[in-house]
Amino acid sequence: MIIIENVKKIFQTKTGNLTAVDDVNLKINEGEIFGVIGYSGAGKSTLIRMLNGLEKPTSGKLEVSGKDIASIQGKELRHARQKIGMIFQHFNLLWSRTVAENIAFPLEIAKVSKFERQERVQELIQLVGLEGKENAYPSQLSGGQKQRVGIARALANNPTVLLCDEATSALDPETTDSILELLLGINKKLGLTIVLITHEMHVIRKICQRVAVMEDGKVVESGDVLEVFKNPQTPITKKFVGQGTEQQDTKETMNQLLKKYPSGKVVKLTFVGDTAEQPIIQSLLQNVQLTVNILHGNISQTQNGSYGTLLLHLDGTEESIDEAIQYLNQQRVGIEVVNNV
Amino acid sequence: MFEALFPNVVLDKAWDQTLETLYMTGVSLAFVFVFGLILGLLLFLTSKGSLWDNKWVRWLNWITSSFVNIFRAIPFVLLIVILIPFTTKLMGSMIGASAALPALVIGTAPFYARMVEIGLREIDKGVIEAAKAMGANSFTIIYKVLIPESLPSIVSGLTVTAIALVGSTAIAGIIGAGGLGNYAYTDGFSRGRTDVTIFATLAILVIVFAIQYIGDIITKRIDKR
Ligand SMILES: Nc1ncnc2c1ncn2[C@@H]1O[C@H](COP(=O)(O)OP(=O)(O)O)[C@@H](O)[C@H]1O
Ligand SMILES: [Mg+2]
Repeated sequence: MIIIENVKKIFQTKTGNLTAVDDVNLKINEGEIFGVIGYSGAGKSTLIRMLNGLEKPTSGKLEVSGKDIASIQGKELRHARQKIGMIFQHFNLLWSRTVAENIAFPLEIAKVSKFERQERVQELIQLVGLEGKENAYPSQLSGGQKQRVGIARALANNPTVLLCDEATSALDPETTDSILELLLGINKKLGLTIVLITHEMHVIRKICQRVAVMEDGKVVESGDVLEVFKNPQTPITKKFVGQGTEQQDTKETMNQLLKKYPSGKVVKLTFVGDTAEQPIIQSLLQNVQLTVNILHGNISQTQNGSYGTLLLHLDGTEESIDEAIQYLNQQRVGIEVVNNV
Repeated sequence: MFEALFPNVVLDKAWDQTLETLYMTGVSLAFVFVFGLILGLLLFLTSKGSLWDNKWVRWLNWITSSFVNIFRAIPFVLLIVILIPFTTKLMGSMIGASAALPALVIGTAPFYARMVEIGLREIDKGVIEAAKAMGANSFTIIYKVLIPESLPSIVSGLTVTAIALVGSTAIAGIIGAGGLGNYAYTDGFSRGRTDVTIFATLAILVIVFAIQYIGDIITKRIDKR
C-alpha cells in the first residue's frame, strides 16, 4: 500500500521556485499495477522518485509499505530502498559488470552470501528469460534484454513495490509489449505492487488497473483505467484516450464526415466491457427502419475489459433517426451525436 | 658495434641509472595513484550536484580544489626547490633517488587527481542513482560503482601520469637525484660525452614507449563499454 497525501515538491532554481509536484493525493493498493501518465515535464519522475526517497517532498506525507519514506534517512532509508525496486528508461546498468554480476549487485548491497547470491541470480535470470546471457556484458545486449536485466536486478531483494520510470520509452513497440507482458506476469506471479509512469496510453491500457493523469504537477484525473477510458473528464485525458485507441475524431475529420453526409446524423457509440461484444447494430436494424453506414470503428483491450468506439451514419426519416438514438440510449452504450465543431 | 657508437657508455652504470629512473617512477607513481585517486574522488564527491553535495562539503571542495590548482600550477623545478626543507626533514637528505620522491608525488598527484575527476564525471548519473535506489551507501557506491565504472579513465590517466613522471625524474636528476636524467647531465653533457646523453635519451624513450604500450593494453582489456 502506497499513500501519497498532499505531496508537494518545489525545486529552487536560478530562475525562481518551480513547483514540480503540486498537492498530489493518491492511494495505491497492494498488488495493483498503477499507472501515471502525463507529458514530459508534468512531474511524473519527481513523483515516483519521492517514493524511494531519491527526492524529498517539500511538504506532505508519503507512506510506502507502512514506512514513512519522506522522514526516514540513513541506514533506515537504505534498508527500505532494498524493498522498493526501480527500473529506468535508460536501464542504468553497470557496463563493467556482466549480466549475472549486475543482477547480483543489489544482493551484494543487502549482504547476501556468495552462495545464495549465485542461486538467486540463476532464478532471476530464468524469471526474466535471459538464460545463456549470464556472462554477457550490457554492451552486447539489445534494449529489451538490457531492460530484462534491469527488471531482474530490481526484483533481486524480493521487493514489495516496483517503480518503473518510463521503462519502455526507449524501446520499439514490439519490445515494449514483451517487457509489459513480463511486468504483468511478474505482478501476477509475485503479487508485488507496480507503479509505472509513462507518456504512452498504450502502456496504461495494456497493463494498468488504475491510472492517474498528471499535468503541471497536478493529478487532474484518476481512477479505474476503463472508467477513465469511457468517460475522460479533462481535455488532456481525452487526448491521451484518443492516442490510446488511435481514434480519428479530430475536428477536421469530423467536419469532413459531416460534409460528406449532409442528410441524416453521425453518431459516436462508446462500448465498454461486455457490451463491446454484443450485436447492437444488428438489433438496431431489426427494431428501427433506417440505413446505417459504419464510418469508423475500433476496439482496445485493457486490463479490466475491452473498450471501443464506433462512428455511424444514420440515414432515414427524422422520426426513425430519433427512434434509433432512443433505442441506442437504452442499450448499455455511450452515444453522442456528432455536430459541426 | 655498441662500443663504436657509444664509446663512453659503461653498461653496468647505465643499467644502474635506468633502474634508478624506474625506481623513482614506480615508487612515486604508487603514491600518486593513491593520493590522486583520493583527491580526485574528493573533488568529484564534493562538487556541485554530486553525491555529497551540501553546504558543509562545499568548503572541503574549495580547499581540495585550491590545493590541486596551486600545486599543479607550480613548475616542477621550482617545486623541488621550494620543498627542499620539507624533503630534507622527511628523507634526511637532498641528494639521491629517494630525495626526489616527495617533490615527484606532490607535483604529480594533483595532475592525476584532475584526470580521475574527469573520468568520474563521465560516469552516467543514472547508474549512480540506480545504486542509490538499491540502497547502496557511499562507500559501496565508491568502490563498486565509481571506481569500476571509471576504471578505463583511471588506468589511461595513470599511463599519461607515469610518462609525465619519467620526464619529471629526469629534471629531478639534473638537480641532484639519480637516474637517467642525472646520468645524461653529469656523465654526458658536463663532460662533453654526447654518446652518453644520447644513450640515456634512448633509454628514456624505451621506458616511455613501454609504459604507453602496457597502459593501452590494460585500458583496452578492461573497457567493456
Ligand atoms: N533536480 C531538479 N531541479 C530543478 N528542477 C527540476 C529537477 N528535477 C525536475 N525538475 C523540473 O520539474 C519538472 C518536472 O520534471 P519531471 O518530474 O522530470 O517530469 P516528467 O518526468 O513528467 O517529464 C520539470 O519542469 C523539470 O524541469
Ligand atoms: Mg520523466
